Amino acid sequence: MTNKPETSTAIDYVLQARDVAVYYGGFRAIKEIDLDVPRNQITALIGPSGSGKSTLLRCFNRMNDLVTGSSVAGKITFNGSDIYDHAVDPTEVRSRIGMVFQKPNPFPKSIFANVAFGLKINGFQGDLQEGVERSLKAAALWEDVKDRLHDGAQKLSGGQQQRLCIARALAVEPEVILMDEPASALDPLSTLKIEELMRDLSANYTIVIVTHNMQQAARVSDQTAFMTMDEDRAGHLVEIGPTNEIFTNPRNQKTEDYITGRFG
Amino acid sequence: MASSNRASFDRQLEELQNDLLELGGMVEKATAKSVEALRTRDLEASREVVADDDKVDSVRFEIEEKCIQLIAQQQPLASDLRQIIAILHISVELERIGDYAEGISKISLLMGDAAPLKPLIDIPRMAGLASSMLHRSLDALVARDVEAALTVCNDDDEVDQLYDQVFRELLTFMIEDPKTIQRATYLLWTAHDLERMADRATNVAERVIFSVTGKLTETNASKY
Repeated sequence: MTNKPETSTAIDYVLQARDVAVYYGGFRAIKEIDLDVPRNQITALIGPSGSGKSTLLRCFNRMNDLVTGSSVAGKITFNGSDIYDHAVDPTEVRSRIGMVFQKPNPFPKSIFANVAFGLKINGFQGDLQEGVERSLKAAALWEDVKDRLHDGAQKLSGGQQQRLCIARALAVEPEVILMDEPASALDPLSTLKIEELMRDLSANYTIVIVTHNMQQAARVSDQTAFMTMDEDRAGHLVEIGPTNEIFTNPRNQKTEDYITGRFG
Repeated sequence: MASSNRASFDRQLEELQNDLLELGGMVEKATAKSVEALRTRDLEASREVVADDDKVDSVRFEIEEKCIQLIAQQQPLASDLRQIIAILHISVELERIGDYAEGISKISLLMGDAAPLKPLIDIPRMAGLASSMLHRSLDALVARDVEAALTVCNDDDEVDQLYDQVFRELLTFMIEDPKTIQRATYLLWTAHDLERMADRATNVAERVIFSVTGKLTETNASKY
């Protein structure tokens, strides 16, 4: 039984998925997904490998379009508009809904150029220097790099590279940031910095994060969705609720079994 | 139910619960012994209860340390987390129950060679009820039985009624003959300790309900 959050006019949902399914060729990767993502909150997607968390995440900014043979059924709205409508430009969707990946992927250019790229593709008309500084500050990286902005991005540590990628994503001025295991390749200290940063960013941005680390989901997110797969291997949503309830008193036995390590 | 990937965690949880049951058994015995020693004026037995309370305290600290270790090592969630937190709280309640038994024994020692003001009837009854509440609350923990825990909470009213009865009776003694005030007060303190003991047993039962359902509730607002 899926526990949906109560539909209420008081809650402002940025993203809403209704009966979403994703096919890779003939294989149905996820099915029957109904999910509401509230504005300026952090939503965590947890679940075992193969439950379709990343597939679902990639639906939210049409990243799955880039996978040959994939198709998305159902409806996903962003601020009420269908992002899969024929009139919609996927590039525009991706500029409003940014993404940060598991492995930091800065361009092999300077720190400055990485962030300036984000600004330029957004048609930024202002002072580039100021824009870069603002994004780096927002990503809590400015103090680390302000004296070496023209050094190659590859010289940064893994954690710094990930924050640079976040700065680059922020430079495009998105409303939503999708994060796919953003800290899984980082050491504990860098992980904590990313988590702190996420908390800060949630004041101005909506974040959806996929994580295998349940303590991380428990620490950073406001609401948590648990996904698993059936015998047909299609991932689906089991339960969604306030994070503190999911991790202390989940309603569904499958959720309980997964987070206590009895399954998955 | 448990799969091999959490076999050691399950074993540790079971050990922790067994330690708690052992502590429960210790304070239950201490309670019965303290009241029986008071009734029969067995000062030696009263002294033993006082001495044995150190052991109760040390078992309680062992449980607390094990809870902390389990939280640090296993980062428990959901029902595991609730169970460990419940055990942590219950261990404190049990230790306090042990303190009440120690308190009753100290009252007995204060009374020295003097006979009790009156034959003890309601006080052993209170002790029996409080012990039974404690015992049943721990059984409910093992069985994860919310209904049984609620029954324990409801029984607190009976202990409160007995306390009222003892209080009124002793007050009559004191009004009639102020020379009895000291000896009456000793018994009143004893009854008060037993009334508190039943309240603590109610707290244990409430923690059982929390462990099973995740709900923190005050089941039965005690009169005292």
